[in-house]
Amino acid sequence: MNYLENRKYVIQGIFLLVGIIYIIRLFYIQVVDSSYKQAAETNAIKPIIQYPFRGLIYDRNGKLLVQNTPVYDLMVIPKDVKNLDTLRLAKLVNLPLEDVRERLKKARAFSSVQPSPFYQKLSTQEFAYIQNNLIDFPGFHINARTARGYPHQSLAHALGYIAEISPRQLEDSTYKGYRPGDYIGKSGIELEYEKYLMGQRGVKYKMVNVRGVEKGSFRDGAFDTLAVAGENLVSTIDLDLQAYGEYLMNGAKGSIVAIEPATGEVLAYVSAPFYDPNLFTGKDYGKNYMELLQDSNKTMFNRPIMADQNPPGSVFKLTQALIALQEGVITPNTTYACNRSLVNCHNHPSPLNLYGAVQHSCNPWFYQAYRLLINQGKSKNTFTDTALGLKEWREQVLSFGFGQQLGIDIPGEKRGIVASTDLYDRVYGKNRWKYSTIYSLSIGQGELGVTPLQMANFAAIIANRGYYVTPHIIRSIGDEGKPLKEYREKHYTSVDPKHFEPIVEGMAEVVRAGTGRRANLQKSGIEVCGKTSTAQNPQGPDHAVFIAFAPKVNPKIAIAVYVEHGKWGGQSAAPIAGLMIEQYLTDTVTIKEQEKWVLSRKYLDIRSK
Amino acid sequence: MEKVLGQKLASPTPRISSSRRSYGSIFPHLDWLTILTYFVLVALGWMNIYAAVYSPDNVVNILSFDINSGKQLVWIGASFLLIMVLLVVDYKVYEHLAYPIYGFIILLLLITLVVAKPIAGSRSWLDLGAGIRLQPAELAKFATALAASRFLGSINLRQQNFRDQMILAAITFIPPIIIVLQNETGSALVFAAFILAYFREGMSPLILIIGGAAAAIFILTLLVPQLYLIAGITILMALATWLDYRLLRRFKIMIALWMVVVGMIFSVDFFVNNVLQPHQQNRIKALINPEADPLGYGWNVTQSKIAIGSGGFWGKGFLEGTQTKFDFVPEQSTDFIFCTIGEEHGWVGSSILIALFLLLLVRIVNIAERQKSVFARTYGYCVASIIFFHFLVNIGMTIGLAPVVGIPLPFFSYGGSSLWSFTILLFILIAIDANRAKDLAR
Repeated sequence: MNYLENRKYVIQGIFLLVGIIYIIRLFYIQVVDSSYKQAAETNAIKPIIQYPFRGLIYDRNGKLLVQNTPVYDLMVIPKDVKNLDTLRLAKLVNLPLEDVRERLKKARAFSSVQPSPFYQKLSTQEFAYIQNNLIDFPGFHINARTARGYPHQSLAHALGYIAEISPRQLEDSTYKGYRPGDYIGKSGIELEYEKYLMGQRGVKYKMVNVRGVEKGSFRDGAFDTLAVAGENLVSTIDLDLQAYGEYLMNGAKGSIVAIEPATGEVLAYVSAPFYDPNLFTGKDYGKNYMELLQDSNKTMFNRPIMADQNPPGSVFKLTQALIALQEGVITPNTTYACNRSLVNCHNHPSPLNLYGAVQHSCNPWFYQAYRLLINQGKSKNTFTDTALGLKEWREQVLSFGFGQQLGIDIPGEKRGIVASTDLYDRVYGKNRWKYSTIYSLSIGQGELGVTPLQMANFAAIIANRGYYVTPHIIRSIGDEGKPLKEYREKHYTSVDPKHFEPIVEGMAEVVRAGTGRRANLQKSGIEVCGKTSTAQNPQGPDHAVFIAFAPKVNPKIAIAVYVEHGKWGGQSAAPIAGLMIEQYLTDTVTIKEQEKWVLSRKYLDIRSK
Repeated sequence: MEKVLGQKLASPTPRISSSRRSYGSIFPHLDWLTILTYFVLVALGWMNIYAAVYSPDNVVNILSFDINSGKQLVWIGASFLLIMVLLVVDYKVYEHLAYPIYGFIILLLLITLVVAKPIAGSRSWLDLGAGIRLQPAELAKFATALAASRFLGSINLRQQNFRDQMILAAITFIPPIIIVLQNETGSALVFAAFILAYFREGMSPLILIIGGAAAAIFILTLLVPQLYLIAGITILMALATWLDYRLLRRFKIMIALWMVVVGMIFSVDFFVNNVLQPHQQNRIKALINPEADPLGYGWNVTQSKIAIGSGGFWGKGFLEGTQTKFDFVPEQSTDFIFCTIGEEHGWVGSSILIALFLLLLVRIVNIAERQKSVFARTYGYCVASIIFFHFLVNIGMTIGLAPVVGIPLPFFSYGGSSLWSFTILLFILIAIDANRAKDLAR
């Protein structure tokens, strides 16, 4: 039996061997392999985002344009739901019984211990009612958060809206740091100034158990960061003027853009038809959005910066005159007869000098002036001479901000079109077009397309006698801030300021005794300078256009008004411009007969010629 | 020394009852090292049970009966009473009453099987009323150890016959069969540990080797593609046969052995997929590749390894662990209590705990060896084997070296039945050991 005693060592050896194997194995997983430590952190430490308050937006007079309003979500923790009276719950939230069951099922599928939204974005009335009855529904609670809110119904197109970040944006590296479910500016100011408005998110690290239930803060919050609220913005918009513009445009289609000439600040930005920005904040956001998107009036179309297919019409005669004066091919006293064999015109005194031509918008006058501008005889070949002239002319047109994005701080701005030699070469072939091919440019028709914003900016250029500041809708970022640098520079046109005075005089005549008489504010002592226009378009009757600025000396407001299918600028657009100017400059409206006329919309029924 | 002892054992000592000296207190004769180790393990276990259920957002006093640590303190107190009783009772009772105790426990197991209400699929809990539940399977360990030792002590070890072997096998395997029927496979597996004790008493090492080889082939079959495994074993055996002339002479036996091995490889696959219950299949799959389904069958092993692995060298500190107390690790105060050590006390703490167990095991073997009777010695080995098996499987499963089998870590895991059964198991040995001089004297 002796040999059996040695088996003691075998057995003790087995014990020790196992112990040593375990200690080595532990050394490997605890000390050598670091992957378990990382796994443990992702397991048990949950970063909880602290959402900052999004910046507020004020109008130029300190009125609130955009605020944060509390939104109440009815949440449910399925585990805590007891003795649920489904029928009563359905009545409480005013939902069909099946819908209630479906929502509960969804919540349960998400997690039985974590709260999930049962019914989102309760109205204040719903909130109060449900809150009072909630005691009978264990497992349900109300969660308050903030959403955008608007104490008015104006300026939807410029303000834009925020919505949940899209899956595609999440994949885009530009949106690094955003998480699913984050709200982000989708259009307008909300999009353009997203990085200022959003603020800085904070993070709280919470320890969570295996079911995701919070178990206190990690290392007593040593790694936590606080949320920093977004910057407030001050807009250049005058909310009263804006609301009045929308009042005037209600029921019509078109745009109003009003600018303070000296600063480029946009005072009013109306895109009609418009919608209440509050439509995009409630729980029916999705439905409202789709309805507006599919609307036949193209409500979502941001007309002031996107409608760039319309030629400028007669307003462009002012541009032509300015360039012709600069080039020295005409003087204010250059006189032409109204020769209707060149191009059609309407009844007015003839012959006319520059002032008269502007006042009466004489087509043959500008036909002849533009020919001098284009065919300056720099080349003997009439084709090359035309091409050369057009090229130089185009350079000057671009200096007025046409044919390019002005750079307003609202995303989606279109460039517009300014005829170029390339364009005609492509259509007609090189050296196969001459002045008789392109003469309609002289009266602002043909291969031209401008946005209402560019038109308003043009009015501002004349008001400033030769320069513009890029139109912008935000005048300061932060409480003491300034506008962005690009909105503090003057851009001079290629035309010398001294050439603007005759044009201003002509425009004053237009309102005093010409086609723009409906914008006349003589009774209020305001001298308005303006010019009517009609923009031909393939959709139907001409669009009515009117640009104006006032007062004549030291102008405070420049404006462009578009009334789609309004036929004549003088009939439909001029009175709106006049009303807007008076409202802005005096805070009252005396030309009540014009307001009545505008709101009657009778001009829309007048038969086109 | 062993030689001397062996000789003494080999030559029967005449029983001279008249010369028995009277003994005073047994306290000077207790093996204090083992007792100290026991107390250290129980105390550490209690603290770690508290750490496992500790919640920083809702701190409950360690003594509160609302949490496991408070309840465990009651079980510990009861264990101390139990120890007093075990040491006071005449040590000879254990040998004399071994069969009645065994019989009683078998009866209890059968009653449990009939009356127990299933708890988590297992019908092993006997409801004693007043909220107290007992798991007779836990008590079956020491009862079987007593009975098997008594039986080995009563037969002539050198002239074992088939009948004796069968009786011993029956004593050893009847309880686990009933326990398997109770759906407590984990507890039943523990009885395999007796092989180690029997090995000491003369069982052929072949059984140990064959058992080990079978386990190795079983695991290899799961890890290595069948074809490679068969090819490898064929080449290995052919090589051995070719190199060793003794094996060459037993060519037919080698062929037969080869066929057995190949047959086993094929049947393991069948066994795992067709015989084992799904949750048992998953435990084996989790052992081989827990990453394959970390949220499903690999959850326990993956989370347990994460908890232990995140402890690092020094650990996160007492009550600072996040994985165990936030329920990422299942059964964190019972079967997976080792995770708390690993996470909060790191490699150093884990190694100290393992060292403590090794100290206890080696010490118990030494105690067993110094016993004068076969009964006492065998019982000592049984105690060591049972504790070792729990240690092997329990820690092994938490670090991914053994399949997940729901058996507790001795003295450490939360639970009255487990603590009491190990206390009884160990202190019967200590009582017998303290009185060994009486045997010497008689």
